[in-house]
Amino acid sequence: MATVTTVTRALPALPEGWSAEKDFKPISSITASTQRTIEPVGPHFLAHARRARHKRTFSEDDRIQAQETAKNIEKDDESDESEPEDPMMLQREAKDWKSQDHYQVLGLSKYRWKATEDQIKRAHRKKVLKHHPDKKAAQGSTEDDNFFKCIQKATEVLLDPVKRRQFDSVDERADVDPPTRKEAAKGNYYKLWSRVFKSEARFSKQQPVPSFGDENSTKEEVDNFYNFWYNFDSWRSFEYLDEDVPDDNENRDQKRHMERKNANARKKKKAEDNARLRKMLDDCSAGDERIKKFRQEANAAKNKKRLDKENAEKQAKEEARLKKEAEEKAAKEAEEKAKADREANKKAKEAAKNAVKKNKRVLRGSVKDANYFAAGDASAAQIDAVLNDVELVQGKIDPDEIAALAGKLNGLKVADEIKGVWSEEVKRLIGAGKLKEGDAKNLV
Amino acid sequence: MAETGGSKAGVAPSDRCAIGISFGNSYSSIACTSEDSPVVIANEDGDRQIPTILSYVEGEEYTGNQAKALLVRNPNNTVVSFKDFLGQDFPSIDPTHCHAAAHPQDVNGTVSFTIQDKAEGDASTLSVSEISTRYLRRLVQSASDYLGKKVTSAVVTAPTNFTEKQRESLIKAANDADLEILQLINEPIASVLAYDARPEAKLEDKIVVVADLGGTRSDVAVVASRGGLYTILATAHDYEFSGVQLDKVLMDHFAKEFMKKNANVDPRENAKSLAKLKAESEAVKKALSLGANANFSVESLADGIDFQLTINRLRYETIGRKVFEGFNRLVEGVIKKAELDVLDIDEVILSGGTSHTPRIASNFRSIFPATTVIQAPSTSATAINPSELQARGAALQASLIQEYESEDIDQSTHPAVTTVKHITNAIGVISLSDDGEEVFTPIIAPETAAPARRTIHIAAPKDGGNVLVKVVEGGTHIKVTKPEPKAKENGTKEEGAEDEDDSDFDSDEEEEEHREKVWKIGTTLAEAGIKDVKKGGKIEVTINVAGDLAVTITTREVGGKGGVRGTLKAA
Repeated sequence: MATVTTVTRALPALPEGWSAEKDFKPISSITASTQRTIEPVGPHFLAHARRARHKRTFSEDDRIQAQETAKNIEKDDESDESEPEDPMMLQREAKDWKSQDHYQVLGLSKYRWKATEDQIKRAHRKKVLKHHPDKKAAQGSTEDDNFFKCIQKATEVLLDPVKRRQFDSVDERADVDPPTRKEAAKGNYYKLWSRVFKSEARFSKQQPVPSFGDENSTKEEVDNFYNFWYNFDSWRSFEYLDEDVPDDNENRDQKRHMERKNANARKKKKAEDNARLRKMLDDCSAGDERIKKFRQEANAAKNKKRLDKENAEKQAKEEARLKKEAEEKAAKEAEEKAKADREANKKAKEAAKNAVKKNKRVLRGSVKDANYFAAGDASAAQIDAVLNDVELVQGKIDPDEIAALAGKLNGLKVADEIKGVWSEEVKRLIGAGKLKEGDAKNLV
Repeated sequence: MAETGGSKAGVAPSDRCAIGISFGNSYSSIACTSEDSPVVIANEDGDRQIPTILSYVEGEEYTGNQAKALLVRNPNNTVVSFKDFLGQDFPSIDPTHCHAAAHPQDVNGTVSFTIQDKAEGDASTLSVSEISTRYLRRLVQSASDYLGKKVTSAVVTAPTNFTEKQRESLIKAANDADLEILQLINEPIASVLAYDARPEAKLEDKIVVVADLGGTRSDVAVVASRGGLYTILATAHDYEFSGVQLDKVLMDHFAKEFMKKNANVDPRENAKSLAKLKAESEAVKKALSLGANANFSVESLADGIDFQLTINRLRYETIGRKVFEGFNRLVEGVIKKAELDVLDIDEVILSGGTSHTPRIASNFRSIFPATTVIQAPSTSATAINPSELQARGAALQASLIQEYESEDIDQSTHPAVTTVKHITNAIGVISLSDDGEEVFTPIIAPETAAPARRTIHIAAPKDGGNVLVKVVEGGTHIKVTKPEPKAKENGTKEEGAEDEDDSDFDSDEEEEEHREKVWKIGTTLAEAGIKDVKKGGKIEVTINVAGDLAVTITTREVGGKGGVRGTLKAA
């Protein structure tokens, strides 16, 4: 403990004759102690833990801590004044403040948008001490306060959060250019791109911004990253690049015209910026091995499914085709068969017809052979009547019977026998009810 | 106690946004630090004490006071008082406080609640861990909304009697809510830290009694604060004397008054009436902590009858006397348990919502000697709001350790670091009082954790010369001085009214009894001689006790050179 308690009660005087080696006389040790747990809470415990873990004594720890704090202060001082001033910059005209790099003017080039308010204030103070016009006058140089004005302007812009954002929006020197294909191909793709996105992230309204990650990032992280960036909500605006609006009351129309023009220009630039970011993201994702990997993995899974499905479909189609072919073949065969049948039928019919004709000729021939059952020359009427009856009988019986009848009549030459066959046939037909009694009486 | 998060890795110290959470049975608080001073965060309803209640209506989730209001209409889907159930088996929990809300159930030995938490479908069975996760998620959300960035980590307070298993399940519940637990700290220590971190606080060696009087339980701890290192000497836990008991007293009072006017209607018979009675009684209790009178007013308390009544603080203190005395006994008991006397106590810190009650603070005032500081809103103007103490302490601790790797935190809180020897007796030097008597002057107080280092400046004899520095151990004892005869004379004067005043007289006599803490000189450890001290000079004595109890004594004249240095070996 660094604190010291003061006690006003006096110490006793040394008794006479007291003596000890080096004036110190150890007598005994601490008599009692308890093992207890101290609560790991509070700044003093942290100090205790530090001492215990590094096995330092009180005085060692005090010394080390003191050294560390001292070092920190030194480092702070160092970091502030390390930027050399560009002689060109010192020549700047204050009225061109719009084109000046405020961070460079204050010597904060390496911090830029990361510079804290405190850093800006300190940098300003440092620069003012150095460049104050009164000091320059004291050194005997001309009264040139242009750079001093630049410093004041830079501080004014950077300490006003609204103006600082406007300036940061157009601070191209803070941009990190996306790597070219060649650079990215060299292997440090993730490092280069993550640097780009880290710099772009300064425009995000939403903080923190998901990091770009590396080749081991999970799909979720990568998706999250790209989703965030494709829906990037940026505060970047381009007021800083506005053309000056004339501030007189003389020409209102012109003023309005300028304002409109500026607003349009801002809008256009914003759109361009969005397009730029989008293109950058497209470029980045196009070269992103992780996306390819994830897509391949997803595709592999999907393809497997698709292939299975396709195979199944193909098989089904093949089967259907085979079936159809078989059916067609069967149909064709059946047709051919039917055709053949038809032809055979036709032939048979014709043959039958011919046979009937032949048989009919036989029948007619038989009555002719029998001389129409007339004795002597048959009269025309007799012939006619007999032939009519033959026709009648022929009409009443079917081809088979005709054939049978023809079979019976064939070869018979004797008129009575022929007549017998005919009369028998007529009788049979009358018996069967096909002929009426009295029909074909010429044949009986 | 050596437990920390660590199970949830992946939050780098630079990405951390840490808060302090006091997760209580009845109320919880969240706090952050802004420019090194703790700020308690109000949730979206504007409450800094957020009731630890989760309620579901038609799939909509409510917490805090919104959920508390739903206890009247929607008790079955409202979970209260679930924090103590974390990591406990069903047989070992006390479900009393859940009586008027969702009832805990036994699902394979773990405590669960059946809650209709979706607009449609069946009710789901949620474990107490899941309930805690959901509640913590809401707390974190409130803090994130306030801070404007995602809260990743927290220091959470836990009662000292939380078992290892309970701590683990608390950490797990928090991790499930995407919250890294940097450390679990003991509730009384968080309160002490909140007081010690005030810019005006001085670093002193003191014994502090922390009385954490909550809604459903009261915990009292005796803490030795030695150079900013805290050691718990004794604890007591009580589930009988707490805020709900005071609510109960008021509920019974109002119910009886109500029944005087409406003979056959008991608002305690009907669940809805009981819930209304309880809610309003709690509001009355809080109002009585601030004002001398409070109005109890409930529309349609029971059977559609409105009820209104005014109660004053005196009445409340009379009917609640039993509970108030319970708090006194609790505090006295724990001091005895620590083998200390009320005279040893330098400070009493009241924390927890019930501590707002002025009567409790004034009771403690009368127990402890006048030198003891009672840190309560009604006795000390500079007291911190007792309800916010733990959250503030947790937030301070969070801001201290958030820049460390969780591995470092784990190692630092390891028992090898935290468990150390504490010296039983004080170490000091002998000085002379004004009457020339030898008096013990403490340099290192008893119960100081080793290693320790203390330095004092002590005056040399007026004439200077050679001085003896005699380092001794010291103990305390309580010296009781008998009442002075003068008191008796007073008594005899009032002899006329003796009969009535008899009891008063006795108690008067007792109060006259004077007790004081006296140092007793113990074993001599070492002697050192400083020679030729200037007139009116001062001697600096530094005592350094190493971890193994070896003692190094350095003594020299202030501003002088050289000096005497010697070492005592460990016993």
